[in-house]
Amino acid sequence: MTDTEKVIEIQVLRYRPEQETEPVLQSFKVPFTDDMSVLQGLQYIKDYLDGTVSFRWSCRMAICGSCGMMIDGKPKLSCKTFLREYYPAGLRIEALAHMPIERDLIVDAGDFITKLESIKPYIIPKEPRTLEQGEYLQTPQQRDMYEQFSSCINCMLCYAACPQYGLDKTFTGPGVLALMHRYNADSRDGASAERMDLGYAHEGFWGCTAVGYCSVVCPKGVDPANAINQNKMNSAINYFTRFVTPKGGTK
Amino acid sequence: MKRSNEPIFWSLFGAGGMLAALIGPALVLITGIAVPLGILFPADTMSYAHMLAFAQSWIGKILLLAVIALFMWHAAHRIAILLHDFGVHAVTVVKVVCYGLAFAGTVIAAWTLLGL
Ligand code: SF4
Ligand code: FES
Repeated sequence: MTDTEKVIEIQVLRYRPEQETEPVLQSFKVPFTDDMSVLQGLQYIKDYLDGTVSFRWSCRMAICGSCGMMIDGKPKLSCKTFLREYYPAGLRIEALAHMPIERDLIVDAGDFITKLESIKPYIIPKEPRTLEQGEYLQTPQQRDMYEQFSSCINCMLCYAACPQYGLDKTFTGPGVLALMHRYNADSRDGASAERMDLGYAHEGFWGCTAVGYCSVVCPKGVDPANAINQNKMNSAINYFTRFVTPKGGTK
Repeated sequence: MKRSNEPIFWSLFGAGGMLAALIGPALVLITGIAVPLGILFPADTMSYAHMLAFAQSWIGKILLLAVIALFMWHAAHRIAILLHDFGVHAVTVVKVVCYGLAFAGTVIAAWTLLGL
């Protein structure tokens, strides 16, 4: 295999809290083939060059959402990005932006998880149902209302992309807001009013400054900017009509 | 959670954006290119007399006010959030200046149009 002759330089941002006070770049020379992902490049480093390099991964097929990192400054899934795209210049891999680094390429996802939990990301039925009532029926049109937003894999790339989240950690952020919309827009769900307490706040949809980079970096074709815009429209209507319409949050 | 007052500014921003997208380019073409060059429209389309008559009709007043005020609110909001994204953290100052200018522009435009 002459293909393996190709060698690419990978710079990895290292942060070993017991060893350095600030993250530093470390360079590795990695032999690669055209079918190797950036994640495989990191695995090569870990297996053959430096076993202490730490990073998260699991599925290596863009579905678990754990291998997000900054690749040449852009948030990407390392299993879905190929080394050949960066040859011969080489590439720089850093931990996801806007999140505290725990170690090397591993970020602390605590804030994201807390926010995700806060929107109750599951269907809360409108009324209790018995088994005898059977399954929920949904038309294809009803499913279309939320389907693309249900593709989110919680990879946090959109958080690394969002300048607003970078500036203001109270902002709920693109992915979680898209998921809030995903459940609110589901015809089987009845907890929209409860979730919109946050949605109507500055921490919710209104914190967004309409940059739209979230939708560009999303590896699953979710369009968080679109979910947010739809909800700005809804919440603006609710804002102006809340005193004359009987239902909905009236705070 | 405290409900945001952003819908007020966002609605003006949205309305201004919609109007700008719909008629902005056409206005530039007509008032900036076609009329001065004397193409498509008669040369005196924008003569003082014509424009004054337009601004004296109610429909003219409303259209002029909408274009001036909503464009300003749109620009004010866009500039305010852009400055925020660029890391200008004096949020209140930025908002007061941007929205204040749009508000002043709206009042001056309304006052002037009513006086014609
Ligand atoms: S919306 Fe897209 S980029 Fe954001 S967390 Fe979900 S899958 Fe990742
Ligand atoms: S390893 Fe699962 S998404 Fe990349």
